[in-house]
Amino acid sequence: MLDGSDPFVRFKNVQKSYDGETLVVKNLNLEIEAGEFVTMLGPSGSGKTTCLMMLAGFETATHGEIELGGKPINNIPPHKRGIGMVFQNYALFPHMTVAENLTFPLKVRNMSAGDIQDKVNRALDMVQMRAFADRKPAQLSGGQQQRIALARALVFEPELVLMDEPLGALDKQLREHMQYEIKHIHENLGVTVVYVTHDQSEALTMSNRIAVFDDGVIQQLDAPVALYEKPENSFVAQFIGENNTLSGKVDSLTKGVAAVTLDSGDKVKALAVNTDAKGSRTSLSIRPERCIVSQKKTAGLSALKGRIEELIYLGDHIRCRMTVAGNNEFIVKVPNTADQLGLEIGAESYVSWQTDDCRALDFKES
Amino acid sequence: MDVSQPITAADGTPLKKKLAQAMFRSKLRATGLVVPLLAFVLASFVFPILALMWQGIHNDTFARLMPNLTEELRVWDGVSDPTEEMYALLVADLRQNRADKTIGKVASRVNQELAGTRSLFTSTARKAKKLEPPFKEALIKTKKKWGDIKVWQAMKLTNQSLTPGFYATSLDARYTVDQGFVMKEEKRQIYTKLFVRTLMISGSVMLLCLLLGYPVAYLLATLPLKYSNLLMIMVLLPFWTSLLVRTTAWIAILQSQGVVNDLLVWIGITGDESRFSLIYNMTGTIIAMTHILLPFMILPLYSVMKTIPPSYMRAARSLGATPTAAFIKVYMPQTVPGIGAGGLLVFILAIGYYITPALVGGQDGQLISNMIAYHMQKSLNWSLAAALGGLLLLGVLVLYWAYDRIIGIDNMKLG
Repeated sequence: MLDGSDPFVRFKNVQKSYDGETLVVKNLNLEIEAGEFVTMLGPSGSGKTTCLMMLAGFETATHGEIELGGKPINNIPPHKRGIGMVFQNYALFPHMTVAENLTFPLKVRNMSAGDIQDKVNRALDMVQMRAFADRKPAQLSGGQQQRIALARALVFEPELVLMDEPLGALDKQLREHMQYEIKHIHENLGVTVVYVTHDQSEALTMSNRIAVFDDGVIQQLDAPVALYEKPENSFVAQFIGENNTLSGKVDSLTKGVAAVTLDSGDKVKALAVNTDAKGSRTSLSIRPERCIVSQKKTAGLSALKGRIEELIYLGDHIRCRMTVAGNNEFIVKVPNTADQLGLEIGAESYVSWQTDDCRALDFKES
Repeated sequence: MDVSQPITAADGTPLKKKLAQAMFRSKLRATGLVVPLLAFVLASFVFPILALMWQGIHNDTFARLMPNLTEELRVWDGVSDPTEEMYALLVADLRQNRADKTIGKVASRVNQELAGTRSLFTSTARKAKKLEPPFKEALIKTKKKWGDIKVWQAMKLTNQSLTPGFYATSLDARYTVDQGFVMKEEKRQIYTKLFVRTLMISGSVMLLCLLLGYPVAYLLATLPLKYSNLLMIMVLLPFWTSLLVRTTAWIAILQSQGVVNDLLVWIGITGDESRFSLIYNMTGTIIAMTHILLPFMILPLYSVMKTIPPSYMRAARSLGATPTAAFIKVYMPQTVPGIGAGGLLVFILAIGYYITPALVGGQDGQLISNMIAYHMQKSLNWSLAAALGGLLLLGVLVLYWAYDRIIGIDNMKLG
């Protein structure tokens, strides 16, 4: 089926419109390798679920091609695609017991009774739900239903499993627990998973790669580390994790470093990632934990003067809100170390950072 | 915690008592709100129904209006020849009824038991004043029939106020003095046939409503809002039209010179001489009733289908089921509460249907309710009407019980 050169799943110039006037998905290109765990992450209405539904076959692409295992699947109906799917509300059939739910995909494939029993038991063992085989879904808790939904999507051994915000209805603790469980199942079975969520920590925990969606376009497709450490545009920088933004104008570009004059008049240097030439507007992005608050300027770092507005003690670190270069929402995470800095509200101090940690990105009104 | 000791409130009174005291006022208020409706329902619905049901097994017309004869008839064995004394008491009662102008009631009552005795009573009563003892001979001389033991047996039966006779008649049997219950001969059986026909027509109407209503309800539940609203108005439109208007519209459409037949002749499916008789028979009843009862099937179905998220069908298809298999194995079982509710509603409404079969049913499209109406309005045999109605009610209750056993009343969703 795979000749090694083709990716397992491929979206080729896919567009989708519901009303013929606006595009929900704009020219999507995405390649997913076999065995990968890829998450589509984005705010609601960003087109991520539409992409998933097109892959599952419940929506048709308005333009472009979707390939699975090297073959175009645009005209293959959902039941012939052999893709497992976990739904947001689990969609367990309420009139069937847990075992009957799991039997369903095997029966429609006309498997023998012995094989069916085998596979159902194995799937139930995988999610540690063997004891609940004869219950109705309504008699299970949310977490248990979630496991059954997972087992049902995997019981017929599909090579690709789609998950549409499967943990959205669970409480925080259970959600985190299930994240690890899904991650482990993925690692053990080696199936390809395409996962949709709007929860970034979920995406960061589980994925090999994350596609950040906004406005029907993949803003960045990268491993979790790269996504957080090296956002390529302002949307990704702001959507993933916490982020401080300063706006300014590029004065000059030399060897990938931009000299920027901030709106407040201060001059700083930043890593030019996504800026146009001299004279264009830019948004600088700095992570709160990459900033240092100090009484004096530190040699080799960019520094700006700021005023401490608010201090919140969070145990392992102190969250310090400052006014820096006209931005009064500038956050610095100060580690809770033995030598206390003597931070005080209203005090003036310097905020400094490495030039590489300050990324000059496309300008975005904040 | 010590379980044996009842829990007490802070002031030492048992907690249950304290709770009852605290809830008393709110319970009182809740009851007060219900009282007017409860009184109305009791006075205008429950009491009349019970009274009528009572009439089905109790009719004291004869015993009340023939006070002299009643005691003698009760002790009479019903086989031996009536005595001279009984004849004498009969004449006394006939004279009294003639004077009170109540002889018609007595005559009708006995006539219900033995056809053809009405005039025997009325004409004899007219002459009763002039009769002289011995009354046995005098009466038999006036009307030969007075010597017939059957007349006396009929009187003995009608004299019995608490009687199973009307229920026996409703089931095409006769309650006799000497033989107990006897089935009537085949060609005189009308009510059982009518009951069977009522059940059959109601069943067909229910099935037709289900077949026609299911797709419509599915469309209603799945179409986008702007279309489903329009469709909903079309479903409800018949509701807002008078029942009579709808029924007479069917007469215009289905009659032999009507729209449907004209169309069929024009297309050439049938000749001008051999037009289909679509109305004034069972076909007409079924067509018109199906149309009228359709919303009662669609609405419960729709309310159930609306709660079924589309993700179930999607899940079934993603698991490998063809659209048809997904629909039959996943979607349809979830609509069973709606099918049950709609079916039961349509069936129960159908077996009591009256106006439509009366207008479009002709001879073989009549239902049991039309017979009940006949006995209420024409033959004035209210007791028989009550017995027929009682049987109909019993049928509904049995159905309801069966439904509860098979599907479960909790599973029913009406909206």
